[in-house]
Amino acid sequence: MMKRPNTLSTLLLVLVSLLFSHAALAQEAAGLDATINNMVGPVVAPFVNTIFYSVPVFGVSFPLIVMWLVVAASVFTIYFGFIQFRAFGHAIALVSGKYSDPNDAGEVSHFQALATALSGTVGLGNIAGVAVAVSIGGPGATFWMIMAGLLGMASKFTECTLGVKYRNEYADGTVSGGPMYYLTKGLAEQNRAALGKVLAILFAIFCILGSWGGGNMFQANQAHAQLVNITGGADSFLSGNGWITGLVLAGIVFAVIIGGLKSIAQVTEKVVPFMAVLYVGTALVIIIMNADRIGWAFGQILSGAFTGLGIAGGLVGALIQGFKRAAFSNEAGVGSAAIAHSAVRTKEPITEGYVSLLEPFIDTVVICTMTALVIVITGMLNVDPATGLYVWNGEAGRIATEGSLTGVELTSAAFGSSFSFFPYVLAIAVVLFAFSTMISWSYYGVKAWTYLFGEGKTSEVTYKVLFCIFVVIGAAMNLGAVIDFSDAAIFAMALPNIIGLYLLMPVVKREMQSYVRKLKSGEIRRYQ
Amino acid sequence: MSQVYVVGYDGSPSSQRALDFTLELAAESGGSIVLAHVLAWSPYSFLTQEELAERHVRKQEELARAESAVIKPVVEQLAGRGVTVDSVIRYGNIADTLCEIAGEKQAAQIIIGRNGDAGVVARIFGSVASAMAQGAPIPCTIIP
Repeated sequence: MMKRPNTLSTLLLVLVSLLFSHAALAQEAAGLDATINNMVGPVVAPFVNTIFYSVPVFGVSFPLIVMWLVVAASVFTIYFGFIQFRAFGHAIALVSGKYSDPNDAGEVSHFQALATALSGTVGLGNIAGVAVAVSIGGPGATFWMIMAGLLGMASKFTECTLGVKYRNEYADGTVSGGPMYYLTKGLAEQNRAALGKVLAILFAIFCILGSWGGGNMFQANQAHAQLVNITGGADSFLSGNGWITGLVLAGIVFAVIIGGLKSIAQVTEKVVPFMAVLYVGTALVIIIMNADRIGWAFGQILSGAFTGLGIAGGLVGALIQGFKRAAFSNEAGVGSAAIAHSAVRTKEPITEGYVSLLEPFIDTVVICTMTALVIVITGMLNVDPATGLYVWNGEAGRIATEGSLTGVELTSAAFGSSFSFFPYVLAIAVVLFAFSTMISWSYYGVKAWTYLFGEGKTSEVTYKVLFCIFVVIGAAMNLGAVIDFSDAAIFAMALPNIIGLYLLMPVVKREMQSYVRKLKSGEIRRYQ
Repeated sequence: MSQVYVVGYDGSPSSQRALDFTLELAAESGGSIVLAHVLAWSPYSFLTQEELAERHVRKQEELARAESAVIKPVVEQLAGRGVTVDSVIRYGNIADTLCEIAGEKQAAQIIIGRNGDAGVVARIFGSVASAMAQGAPIPCTIIP
């Protein structure tokens, strides 16, 4: 940090001048936001429509891509004999280091690989995405979200094992792994080299788009919404001036990923887990404060899961929203986690598979459920006192809420109804989560980019500059267009990835059987 | 059987004082010295994605630097002194690892320096010296 005073002081100067010149620019800026919106909206629409191609199921349109993810997760669950439940205890033993060779001290531990992967996935999906799911799909969406989280553990297990097994270890000792590598190398072993190459290239293209969409624009967008929210809502000087938040965030991201200002990333990396614990802790306190309503809330979640409680779309509507938001939050089957987990030091790739199955559990089954429970229990969703059913806001296409809030603002209001100061804490958490997710995704994107265009400084910097530009665009666009593109780009990655996972799952099974044998024979032993 | 003394050495002035003390001790009893250099490391720390990818390389670099900049100069300097000097470089919690090394070497005593830093952090979480004073399985001398 001390070595680069120029970068920092320039950054500060830009920040200060931005803040003070906003008034003069406000007029022009409102126009700029609209212009960016009008330009990008139509460009992404065809892509979004293709990925979310839907078929009608009981009168509700069901996106095939959601089915694709859930079917895959169910197949892996059955194929590996409910591995997420059987190996849960062993996964915890691995994370706590009971099987770590003391001679590997100083290398990446299972805990570190998991923690870093989690800081990439725990983010706005858990806070904003869940609020969207519950406001559209009703409390019942929570049930399907938990189901999707539990099933998704098997997908993560499969992809992360492959990520470690087929990673590249370069002469300089750095490692690089992920679907690009297992699709290429793994399928080549099965004499499907051409298919593997095509899938890997498709994955890399979608991964780059995903890193700009869900891993970037969505994050910038929601961070901005939060900042507007706590600086006075519609009266805030930031309101309608997303480009200001965008430029500031882009500046910090630029300093980290291009300027090599590692200290910011390191600080975030340490604060984010703390924020996650604080978030879950506060949610628990709110739930306990409303202890008399816990039974009612679970009743709402369960009955809503199967009847819909009068919400448009009923059961299927709740199911689609739950599955969709869970997949977007924990990214199981998407392939991003395989990149994140591949740096661990282990002789047995399967061990990282076991560890990674904790990720959807923590992300979705624990954190997402907390958000949903708080929203339901604090009564943010309007109930018609006469019928006991939720009031449907047909115009917005979701349940009517206090002040017609949705996304992160709804979560913020739910927490704020118990602790008036919490929206401020949440705003800081959201900005930090958004930032750490962006940094993680910029890394995934770089890996995909260099896979396509070759390693090299110029190639990397080109990608990173584009990444920073998308931060600004994301903050300026309105939620609808951003959220659609974000979802589409991330879900698109699951297409080539899951085809590869189906073909490669026998490899994972062999790894698992050999590991279990070694464990039983005592060849692999506990060190503690 | 000659006595083995494990001395915590990181090149700092206080660890140098600990080493000087150990040299006297070894000379008197005809014992041998184990220079223990522990690189502070926790498997539960948080790293960024890039740090993860580079960790293996960094470890090699850190070990090489510790060997060439910390351990080698001392071993060379002590070569003519007629005392047997062995060295160990390891990652881990400093106090725990020193005790581990002492156990492996069946040492008679551990000698460490203290930097006299009694800041807030040290008061709350304890320093290496206080952890050693409370947790060492064998006699431990702390050199001020």
